[in-house]
Amino acid sequence: MPLLWLRVALVFYGLGLVYALLALARKAESLAKVAMPALWLGLTFHFVSLAELTLEQGHLTPSTVHHSESLLAFLIAAVFLAFWVKYKTVSPGIFVFPLVFVLTLAAAIGQQPQEFTSPLLRKGWIFVHVTLIFLGYAALFLSFVTSMLYLVQERRLKSKNMGKWLRLPPLQVIDEIGYRALLLGFPFMTLGLIAGAIVAQEQFGAGFFRDPKIALSIMVWVIYMVLLFTRWSAGWRGRRAAFLSTFAFIAAVGTWAANYLSGTHRFLGP
Amino acid sequence: MTFVLIGVNHNSAPVEVREQLAIPESRLAEAITRLAQFPGVEEGMILSTCNRVELIANVGNSSVDLRGFLREYFQTDTDLLAGHLYEYREQEAMRHIFRVAASLDSMIVGEPQVLGQVKAAYAVACGVGALHSQLHALISRAFAVAKRVRTETAIGSSAVSVASAAVDLATQIFGSLAGKHIYLVGAGKMSELAARHLIAGGAEAIFVANRTHARALSLAEKFQGTAIRFEELHETADRADIVITSTGSPYAIFRREHGERFLHRRKNRPMFFIDIAVPRDVDPEMNKLDGIFVYDIDDLQAVVSANVASREREAARAHEIIEAELQRFIARLQTQEVAPTIISLQEHLENIRQAELDRARGRLGKLTAEQESAVEALTRGIINKVLHTPITALKNAAGDAESNTVIDHVRRIFNLTPRNLNPGNSDSQGPGTKNSDLKSGNARRIPIGRSREKQEEPVREEEKKATPS
Repeated sequence: MPLLWLRVALVFYGLGLVYALLALARKAESLAKVAMPALWLGLTFHFVSLAELTLEQGHLTPSTVHHSESLLAFLIAAVFLAFWVKYKTVSPGIFVFPLVFVLTLAAAIGQQPQEFTSPLLRKGWIFVHVTLIFLGYAALFLSFVTSMLYLVQERRLKSKNMGKWLRLPPLQVIDEIGYRALLLGFPFMTLGLIAGAIVAQEQFGAGFFRDPKIALSIMVWVIYMVLLFTRWSAGWRGRRAAFLSTFAFIAAVGTWAANYLSGTHRFLGP
Repeated sequence: MTFVLIGVNHNSAPVEVREQLAIPESRLAEAITRLAQFPGVEEGMILSTCNRVELIANVGNSSVDLRGFLREYFQTDTDLLAGHLYEYREQEAMRHIFRVAASLDSMIVGEPQVLGQVKAAYAVACGVGALHSQLHALISRAFAVAKRVRTETAIGSSAVSVASAAVDLATQIFGSLAGKHIYLVGAGKMSELAARHLIAGGAEAIFVANRTHARALSLAEKFQGTAIRFEELHETADRADIVITSTGSPYAIFRREHGERFLHRRKNRPMFFIDIAVPRDVDPEMNKLDGIFVYDIDDLQAVVSANVASREREAARAHEIIEAELQRFIARLQTQEVAPTIISLQEHLENIRQAELDRARGRLGKLTAEQESAVEALTRGIINKVLHTPITALKNAAGDAESNTVIDHVRRIFNLTPRNLNPGNSDSQGPGTKNSDLKSGNARRIPIGRSREKQEEPVREEEKKATPS
């Protein structure tokens, strides 16, 4: 059943994706009318899917790669929705929908890969660690998206040619969304890392940070902090901020991929 | 039924002509009442704004000339208006009212006020009972069409003046203008206008600097802002989010190094320079700095003309919508027009058939079920054959100028009473009443020029008040 609900959610995300792409060609208002209700519905079914999966496995922590993809997609969509509620702008959806769709698709295709069998997963700390880090990723992704949109809007204003193909929110609103996303995500990321460190310290001893995934995670966190600091102290925006957040995004993707290299994050039985 | 529309607008007539015909709001109800009572007019409405005066009426007979009403109401010689007055009938009249309501006929295509003005005129006409089914249907359709045009095209969404383009750009940079600071450097009509627009958009606190400090003081007073000495300009400019420059300086006042300093002090918060001066006050190099946006007068003009062009493109799309809606409306009207006649014609013959059947039944005696149905089929067949030609003729005539004559003839030939023709529609009158109205109307028509001097003055006075609307 969880897979069925996930696939229903996938259909709604797909609908949202189509409308997000249509928004490239048309006025954004038409996008919001279909895309956002589709996102609501998708999130609802997604939540049901995640809840059932949790009941089935008997603990909260994702126990397969697909499960974690599903959780990440859910959190990204939820963060996007939260910002939509506040700012009523669907433009980040142009990037958010494709990512949510692809992650959900990967999770919904259903070929169950190796299961994480480590008894570690039954510890509450790991769930806290995973969820907080994922929330941090979701916020980071949104701020990466907005920094791209900022560049586009800035270029359009500078070139004095406001094409009609895409209606973006005002520059300052884009900027504010990005900054808020950073502010929101940073504590999550920090607490998530701390939670992870506690578990790892207990499990693997002091040398855990030599693990490639952990090292990359710390790098992402550092870039995160640099982004926030330059923004707070010098008001870095536009190109410089976009550069940094692209860097952070790539590092975050690398961290995600590093699961396959990481000893501490393979979670394969003892 | 025929729609007739006559009027003048900003294209057809100069303001001197339009103001002669303008009807102030206070007298509109009375004017519409008189129009509705004008011989031959069944329903009427008058739209009087600063850009147009239009009379639209549903007349019983297509020979009714609304110029006669103008002559009578304004006591004026319509020959003088001849070159300015336009007249549309039927389909053209409907199309015109659709175009007016959708703001395609406006001086600034897509401006939103005209729809409100049409709605106000409609409300007045309804209030005095000058609208019945047909014109009522037309005008409400015009509102629906205008709404469709507004939602389905981007006709009203772009700025078409330099000042509103500046506001539009500022909004694209800052979002809400609330709390944003404006700096006026130099004085000028255009920069004042831009500032006024920005303030109307929510911008706050104004700083004013001018080479002549007295001028800055008076301008600051006008905007309830702060005057700043010109020498302190570069020290204070970073306080503003939007800087409007229009000095007569022969060289650029704001250069790249200034911009860098402003950005540093502002922690890179964006700044918007609107440079209306020629030669330019802001070095175009400034636009290359991250966070500074410079628009000179040509850039603003380019935005405006791009918007005007896009409005024209949208107008073409709006035109398609209007044509489609027009055809739909006409089709609806046509069936409405002939449908009652067709129905009563069918009823009439059916009654004859039933009566004849009843009479014959006694002589026929008892019939078998088969015979019964044969008689039924025979009689039905006959009336259907008889009805075929008149019904086809009615359907074909629907929408023609001749339709009234055809309906009239069919009614007369089949002896259908007018009461039967329009069940439940007491508003429209039968052909008999129309004709008698028209005859008495012709007789009542007042010769032009009578008591003209006596009435001219008060009318003129009111009109003048109304023109700036």
